[in-house]
Amino acid sequence: MIGLLSVLILFSCRDDVELFTADNIDVDTGETGEYRGFYLLNEGNMGSNKSTLDFYDFETGTYKRNIYAEVNPNVPKELGDVGNDLQVYGSKLYAVINVSNKVEVLDAQTAVRIGQIEIPNCRYIRFHGKYAYVTSYAGPVEINPDYTQLGFVAKVDTATLQVVGKCLVGFQPDELAIANGKIYVANSGGYMGSGSTENYERTVSVIDLESFTEEKRIDVDYNLHRIRADKRGNLWVSSRGDYKELPSRLFFIDAEKQVVTDTIDVPVSSWWQHGDSLYVCSVSWSYITFSNEITYAVVNTQTREVVTRNFISDGSEQQIEIPYGVMVHPEKGDIFLADAGNYVTPGMLYCFDRDGTRKWSVRTGDIPAHFALIKTND
Amino acid sequence: MLLYLFLPFCLIAQSKLDSVQHIDEVRITAAKTSAKAIIPAQQLEGAQLKALNSFSVADAIRYFAGVQLKDYGGVGGLKTVDIRSMGTNHMGVFYDGIQLGNAQNGQIDLGKFSLDNIESISLYNGQKSDIFQPARDYGSSGSVYLRFRRPHFSQQEKQHLKATFRTGSFDLVNPSFLYERKLSETVSASVNTEYIYSSGKYKFRYKRVLPGSNEVAYDTTAIRKNGDIYAFRAEAGLYGRINEGNWELKAYFYDSERGIPGAIVNNRWMNAQRQWDTNFFVQGGARKVLTDKYDVMLKFKFASDRMRYLNPDTTLMYIDNTFRQGEAYVSLAQKYAITGFWDVSLSTDFQLNLLESDLDDMVYPTRNSTLIALATAIDLGKIKAQASILATLINEKITSGKNTANQAGSAPNKEEFTPAVFFSYAPFAAQNLSFRAFYKHIFRMPTFNDLYYTDIGNIQLQPEFTHQYNLGLKYSKSYEQQTLAHWELQLDGYYNEVRNKIVAVPKGSGMYRWMMMNLGKVEIRGLDVSSKAVFHLPRNVLFHVKGTYTYQKAQDFTRRKNPELEKITWGGQIPYIPWHSGSLIVSGSYQNWQLNYSFIYVGERYHNSANIRENYEQPWYTNDMSLLKNFSLKESNLKVALEVSNLLSQDYEVVLNYPMPKRNYKITLTFEL
Repeated sequence: MIGLLSVLILFSCRDDVELFTADNIDVDTGETGEYRGFYLLNEGNMGSNKSTLDFYDFETGTYKRNIYAEVNPNVPKELGDVGNDLQVYGSKLYAVINVSNKVEVLDAQTAVRIGQIEIPNCRYIRFHGKYAYVTSYAGPVEINPDYTQLGFVAKVDTATLQVVGKCLVGFQPDELAIANGKIYVANSGGYMGSGSTENYERTVSVIDLESFTEEKRIDVDYNLHRIRADKRGNLWVSSRGDYKELPSRLFFIDAEKQVVTDTIDVPVSSWWQHGDSLYVCSVSWSYITFSNEITYAVVNTQTREVVTRNFISDGSEQQIEIPYGVMVHPEKGDIFLADAGNYVTPGMLYCFDRDGTRKWSVRTGDIPAHFALIKTND
Repeated sequence: MLLYLFLPFCLIAQSKLDSVQHIDEVRITAAKTSAKAIIPAQQLEGAQLKALNSFSVADAIRYFAGVQLKDYGGVGGLKTVDIRSMGTNHMGVFYDGIQLGNAQNGQIDLGKFSLDNIESISLYNGQKSDIFQPARDYGSSGSVYLRFRRPHFSQQEKQHLKATFRTGSFDLVNPSFLYERKLSETVSASVNTEYIYSSGKYKFRYKRVLPGSNEVAYDTTAIRKNGDIYAFRAEAGLYGRINEGNWELKAYFYDSERGIPGAIVNNRWMNAQRQWDTNFFVQGGARKVLTDKYDVMLKFKFASDRMRYLNPDTTLMYIDNTFRQGEAYVSLAQKYAITGFWDVSLSTDFQLNLLESDLDDMVYPTRNSTLIALATAIDLGKIKAQASILATLINEKITSGKNTANQAGSAPNKEEFTPAVFFSYAPFAAQNLSFRAFYKHIFRMPTFNDLYYTDIGNIQLQPEFTHQYNLGLKYSKSYEQQTLAHWELQLDGYYNEVRNKIVAVPKGSGMYRWMMMNLGKVEIRGLDVSSKAVFHLPRNVLFHVKGTYTYQKAQDFTRRKNPELEKITWGGQIPYIPWHSGSLIVSGSYQNWQLNYSFIYVGERYHNSANIRENYEQPWYTNDMSLLKNFSLKESNLKVALEVSNLLSQDYEVVLNYPMPKRNYKITLTFEL
């Protein structure tokens, strides 16, 4: 026994922990085009500090998994906890890391760290001109026991990475869209509504870009989540529903009238805008079958009709557990779909051709979710 | 119904199995547990227990084979125990003979139980193989029995007093006080109080090197914050003897406030969440030999627990929830000796659990459990065998809670019948060699959180079942007049299955929403080895050595919808279970001195069942030392103990992102009168 233990001590000594190096996996033959590749941000389960960044290289067909630590070895505890959004603007890549209270700013081509923007409980990021706009749940605190905390949109100078202004909006603002000289913010009220549905927010905040003040609210539905502007400046907004009787749903705000004029019975978890096609994935829990019901829909933003409720044509949809992110190649129309699986172990990335036939798949990090395309350097 | 169950059956004649045990009731109970169980417990007691640098029961329990501790770090950090990889909810923890309950989440934080005044800790796989016990004792996959000091007085003694003061790293202040009094020839009393304060501050370090070159990538040292704890415990007990029996009555009060230090993640090195616990219970029991063949034992408990969780961090969702739990429990165990070698027993327990909270949309559940255990034991000298069957009848009701508009109703009634068989065989009368085997089928009920917690709860949940198969042996040998005075070895191989494992499954869209489901399946193949030896060296130097080794292959065979994802987790070692682990305790004593060394080794493991590079965790091990000196004064006794823990100052984590303390110190002064 003692001998056995001594052997264990001698041969199983604890070494210094090595930093994680990326895996390179060849999944496809390379092709050149307007786009060099895309980043995929894995959220990582809360508390795991396992938000990771993957890169798919269109030119070589190589999937590089978990590249952040290798590129940026000196950042303590790596990328951080729970990635929530990923966007490219100019030469920079912006990763919103929710629990780490920061927006990580990287060089878009190399993923080398440039700096970070400190914003507590940050959610989503969009850009206009010299500025980035970031939603956050964590508004200022008042000394008032009944005070409930509004969220805000932070205005960030993309050159200095400093927050230069804040504009209060509704409770727990999520996605934002910039169009028509305005910032449209989908307010969720996600912290408020667990007891009764009426406590959720149901409005879109409209902020004037010039004055950076909230102009008005547009009433939509409870618990708003995503918002996008189409080519015509009309807005598409999704509601998460109340997770009980009220289902998730898609709404249309007319650019001119600035009110909801249409709604489409499609639940929304994640989406991607591809020209006038809105690729929508959704997962909704059914208390009847005790399982998740999943739809893969395409909505035409011009005709405002559902083109299909299943854009996958080869039956692969039967195997996907939790579609958590979708992206469509702007040129080729290939569909990239991220399966978050059980949230605590790695997910999968699927590539389908434009007709919905599976081409390849690769293991990702935990909870693959957010895509950002990178253009080829001229 | 209930009355009928409590009806004694038959009251006649002589029981040889018990005849020895009536003489000195005070000692019997202690002797009884180990003597009567046909598969002996792993046990830590007395001096051995004191030799460990253990602050809480959780620290001590790591020295048992087959046990893995999940430790979130620090004095106040959550510490839960997993027995043979079946999950913490399958472990029953018994406080002076009555199970500690937590119907809300099924977790007993063993970090909350200090070792102050603990007489022994015993671990049983399957169950304590003794048929004269409450039905609830049959109801777990494994059990830990904590036995506390009882007053023992010699003829002249009237009272005992013990005062302890402990201080050291983490700004620890920990006084405790024990007073025992002989009230009459048959009744004695004890009072025990303890106070704990610790700032919970300690340095921790994250260092990563570049692969290949071993160049430092980053190396950061910080201080763990919000790990502070204040706790106050008070206990009082009355212990009495009656003709052919004994009784006891205990009251327990625990009050604490602690910070929840949380996970250390990038750019966030501190958390603000806090938790308050108040636990109160009264429990008692009596046992009596009614006739020479017929014994009865009555036990009861009333418990009231309050837990408040607060998230005051204004950048996050504000949470301030209070949960109240109540429990009432009564048990009657009866044993009847059919012949001198054949006993039967019937135990009937009734238990009520309720939970109230101010959590939005959570109902108030009430659970009525009736447990009936029928058991029999045969002792043929060389061969001993026991068989039991436990019937568990569960009935649940709900009433409206705060803002519960969407009641889904209460969980359906459950009826489960679960057997256990124990067997031991000692082939040679002259040799201390015995073989043993057991099979047990049992389950854990879904907790109130599993069933009813807002949004994630699922009333359709079935119990989570385990099947255990165990084969083992024990050999011991003593020598007269030799350096090696005694040694023993216990070896057990086992196969366990956890079916219907309750796991959280992602539900619906976004925002980390989950649903509890009976989806998981785990298969565990393991080997537990424990051994000890006593050496008598010249000049009255005494050495005790105790070692354990555990091998566990605990594989996740949970079906997935996505076959490609299933491939990643299928057959993977389940989270935080090392293939190899072990412990070693060496203590030497010379006159009034005692020097102890203890070692824990936890081998490589993965933090989730995808056994890939990203999830790999290196082995960790800690070396602890302590030095004790006894000063005997006239009528009193003073003990001084110096302890160093994590001697090599290893930076390690038991749970991902919960760093453990580096080297730390304690000093303990104990005064006894």
